[in-house]
Amino acid sequence: MIELQNVEKTYHSKHGNVQALKKTNLKISAGEIFGVIGLSGAGKSTLIRCINMLELPTGGKVIVDGKELTAMKNSQLRKARQNIGMIFQHFNLLACRTVYDNIAFPLEIQGMDKNMIKQRVEPLLDLVGLKDRKNHYPAQLSGGQKQRVGIARALASNPKILLCDEATSALDPQTTKSILELLKDINKRLNLTIVLITHQMQVVKEICDRVAVIEDGVIIEEGTMFDLFTNPQTPTTKEFISSINNVELPEIIKNAPMSKEYLEGSRPLVRLSFIGDSAGAPLISTLIKKYDVDVNIIYGNIDSIKEIPYGTLLIEINGDREHIKTAINYLHERKLKIEVIGYVS
Amino acid sequence: MSPEILNLLLKSFWETCYMVAASAILATLVGMPLGIILTVTSKGHIWENKSINAILGAIVNATRSTPFIILMVAIIPLTRIIVGSSIGTTAAIVPLTISAAPFIARIIESSLLEIDPGVIEASQSMGASPMQIILKVLLPEAMHSIVLGVTLAIISLIGYSAMAGALGGGGLGDLAIRYGYQRFRMDIMIATVVILIAQVQIVQSLGNYISSKLNKNKM
Repeated sequence: MIELQNVEKTYHSKHGNVQALKKTNLKISAGEIFGVIGLSGAGKSTLIRCINMLELPTGGKVIVDGKELTAMKNSQLRKARQNIGMIFQHFNLLACRTVYDNIAFPLEIQGMDKNMIKQRVEPLLDLVGLKDRKNHYPAQLSGGQKQRVGIARALASNPKILLCDEATSALDPQTTKSILELLKDINKRLNLTIVLITHQMQVVKEICDRVAVIEDGVIIEEGTMFDLFTNPQTPTTKEFISSINNVELPEIIKNAPMSKEYLEGSRPLVRLSFIGDSAGAPLISTLIKKYDVDVNIIYGNIDSIKEIPYGTLLIEINGDREHIKTAINYLHERKLKIEVIGYVS
Repeated sequence: MSPEILNLLLKSFWETCYMVAASAILATLVGMPLGIILTVTSKGHIWENKSINAILGAIVNATRSTPFIILMVAIIPLTRIIVGSSIGTTAAIVPLTISAAPFIARIIESSLLEIDPGVIEASQSMGASPMQIILKVLLPEAMHSIVLGVTLAIISLIGYSAMAGALGGGGLGDLAIRYGYQRFRMDIMIATVVILIAQVQIVQSLGNYISSKLNKNKM
């Protein structure tokens, strides 16, 4: 649905050139929710704006829905943009238009007649749950409601793609959740391709099928949400993941004397990550029964990534050296992600 | 106050109204497109064009820095071509318009530049053409602020119109100078000043009212 081929963007200024986006290749398929995560200044804004050519790439090709946008004239490009909706961090609604008129705006631009516009706008008001607010002005709405208007406006011309530029960054967690629910819902209902950029891992975790991590204008890692989450390759990705995966050890453990190596009588501290089906296996009881060790559960958490359960368990294994070793081997065999944090004496 | 004086006051009042209204309308008609062009050709805007912006900006600045009384005399030939005479109330409209138009252009420019670039970007993302952005986004969104600016221009036109008396333009200011000042008629002086104050008050209040009706930024 969306294809970037060697897309680059360099800004020229008096103080020299800034390469905001280096040769980037990306393929996003239809119906997918694709996330781009990066810190501010990493180039994610530039990347998303290259997709609808709000930023003109200085090199490479942008192909959307089979058409090469980079080869189009301005008038053709404007037509093509009607196929690509966009929502923004600060909503960017027209302050002097009501909710209804804001949603009608893109249709007015296309020259649609008033009755047709009404037929399009009314169901959209329903979809985003703002029927009772249609005559309100943006200043009278909350942040979440404004973003709902933004979404309805972006959907008005029946686009195949929705670009979300930090769409939830200005919202509180609760509202973020409801906006993400709405995005998930329209993704399913309308088979809409969604591309979102964010610096919030929580957002990506909640709804993305695939994710790209961007740093200094380069996509440094790309994969399914699940792969990225369970098997991050780069330090930046790990950093992002740690922001939602509670890796901080509890105070008591953190302050306890711990060594990297096994010492006589010390107990290994192990973090287990359960993914999908394995989250249901009776692991701990097997450990205790079969390997003759004591297991002390220190911390446990279960979460989900895009509806797949994902659990973390922090345990302390106590027993004699051989038993502990075989027990850890057993855990390794279970294809779990396990990590020995250290040995507590 | 004798009926002749009252008549004189009334006549001068209407002359002022006529000069100010006509030149305000004409100056807005000239200043509006100028202001729009100054805005859209500015750096990073929808029709960025350095040379047009620089040339237009220089013309506007030159006109604005010429004192009104000098401008008025300097363009007498032009006034004669347009109106057919360089003396009289109608003739005064030409220099008033020419001095107010660049002022209004700058006021409109600054109102339009206040529009959040994000809103323009959003319109572009929907496929709006530059013309649609001007007509459907920039002007409506800035209208409340433009109204306040034009109000300001009208009030300074009321002040300038007094100077138009030098061209036999008539009006309240002229009356105040000729009767109030030169003939020591304190009563006429006070009457004209009171009317001028009332005029300014009414224009300002009306401007504030219309602007606040158009402003949807508040709750």
